[in-house]
Amino acid sequence: MRRTKRSLWLWAAALAVYAFLYVPLAVVVLFSFNDSLLNAEWIGFTTRWYALLFDDEAMLGAAANSLLIALIASALATLLGTLAGIAMQRWPVGVLRCLPLLVLAPVAMPEILLGVSLLLFFRQVLDLTLGLISILIAHVTFSIGFVAIIVRVRLAGLDESIFDAARDLGARPWQTFRHITLPLIRPAILAGFLMSFTLSIDDFVITFFVAGVGVTTLPLQIYSMIKVAVTPEVNAVSTLLMALTLSLIALASKLAPDALKARA
Amino acid sequence: MALLEIRHVSRRFGDLKAVDDVCLSIEAGEFFTLVGPSGCGKTTLLRLIAGFEEPDTGELLLDGQTLAGVLPEQRPVHTVFQSYALFPHMTVAENIAFPLQMAGRSPDEIRHRLQDALDLVHLADKARQLPHQLSGGQKQRVALARGLINKPRLLLLDEPLAALDAKLREQITAELIALQREVGITFIFVTHSQQEALAVSHRIAVMNAGHIEQVDAPEQVYGYPRNRFVADFIGTVNLLPVEVREAGNDRLRLLVAGVGEIVSMPAAARTGERGAFAVRPEQLDIIADGERPRLDNQFKGTVQDHLYLGDVTIYKIALPNGAVLEAMRANAAPGRARFLERGEPVQVGWRRQAGVYLRD
Repeated sequence: MRRTKRSLWLWAAALAVYAFLYVPLAVVVLFSFNDSLLNAEWIGFTTRWYALLFDDEAMLGAAANSLLIALIASALATLLGTLAGIAMQRWPVGVLRCLPLLVLAPVAMPEILLGVSLLLFFRQVLDLTLGLISILIAHVTFSIGFVAIIVRVRLAGLDESIFDAARDLGARPWQTFRHITLPLIRPAILAGFLMSFTLSIDDFVITFFVAGVGVTTLPLQIYSMIKVAVTPEVNAVSTLLMALTLSLIALASKLAPDALKARA
Repeated sequence: MALLEIRHVSRRFGDLKAVDDVCLSIEAGEFFTLVGPSGCGKTTLLRLIAGFEEPDTGELLLDGQTLAGVLPEQRPVHTVFQSYALFPHMTVAENIAFPLQMAGRSPDEIRHRLQDALDLVHLADKARQLPHQLSGGQKQRVALARGLINKPRLLLLDEPLAALDAKLREQITAELIALQREVGITFIFVTHSQQEALAVSHRIAVMNAGHIEQVDAPEQVYGYPRNRFVADFIGTVNLLPVEVREAGNDRLRLLVAGVGEIVSMPAAARTGERGAFAVRPEQLDIIADGERPRLDNQFKGTVQDHLYLGDVTIYKIALPNGAVLEAMRANAAPGRARFLERGEPVQVGWRRQAGVYLRD
């Protein structure tokens, strides 16, 4: 009897938290289908904001940039992050002992700090023209840590002795990597890629600092639009972005169930 | 020439001498066991043979060739790991075929030898299953088949039975002996269990604190332990402190303070020196008090305690000087846990052939 009562409270509290998190998102989705220019009352169902979206050249350009950056940045981050993750797990000796700290620091660092420091670094040290390249480098920087964590968690969950066993049974280091390590961490690598992709395509703060004037990404474009007004078109593009992100995260968590835990 | 020659090999980790000046030579076709308590260095010695560690000093020779600088993947030495270390993403067949794949054998040969290996360990019907679908005993057999398929010169087994329950352990032990006989490959088996060591081996090396205490056939190690450690580690033993009274050509007379004299078989000893007399519980006879002496050695005592184990009962007999001897008596007649009560006066005795004198 008391147990039911307690679990009822628990359910109510959980429900309230989830409502707080997801109702605003649901409102955005709902109003992206609202046949009214104002986000005030429900008039009727329409898809014309989506049609409008696909005619908006600035928006399409920004989306193309975002996709391109996300693809390249997450590919690079996945490669480097995987190597870092393996190194952290395999050789926790000497100088490499501080590798985890170095790789993971950008994950914990406030975004605004990373944005400012990257901006300074690109302008003052490298004298780089801000644009696609600077955004790419920035995105790779903050994504590596996530990939490394996911790969490392996966490796830590494996029995160490299988790598010894592979060598013992005649596999050279490269063969061990190809036949044993790689197949076993493949889900983590894929999950890391998807995670980097969502991080990259969603990122606003850091991109805002390092984008310069010529190049716009989707989050930057949305921001510049809502400076005028939150139009239904913004709702529509947000809905699409949300759908993409959620499905990628769902896929990532299915591939590597521990991966999302590592993010916390 | 011995198959594997270990010459004065030492390996230390910081201050710890894991392996300390070990010399061993292992013959082709032998079932050789390294036994010792955990931390005695047996696993390090195994890793030195496999190539995962290099000796600080000393040398290992396989077929007369030095193993210095030869990487684990280049040594014709395979290991069955304690955790089995099966590749979780590969089927049973892929796991077993792995060494052949790495050695670059033709698909035809692999198929052929895989079938033989599967038959050898009775796993033909499990070929397509993944390791997590197998029982402990089946995993064990996959690991064995995988270690044997590429015909290594040496197969190392690192506590391969530790993860199995008692019943299965007995069965796999028997299978292991049969398997070794069938394939004729030299096995080096590492265990902390003296029973396993006695059951499977042609020869046993007893290790302690990085060095080897004794290398002998199982019955020699059990029957004629060279020192207190071996006597105590292999099986159960009663150790009595003694002083040598007479070291003759035909007998040894030993004085147990407060008890009396023991007559034993001649052994290396000097009159007047101190040592210990070791005798096994199953070598002791318990005789009702008052009966006339009929054994070479026979002393008065009292039953202090007993422990019923089903097949046998262990009696603890206190001697007049306070020493306690364990004596074992088979329970041939069922239905009775003991034949003697606590506090009962008895005599305990043994023949002069039983037991050995150990120098300090």
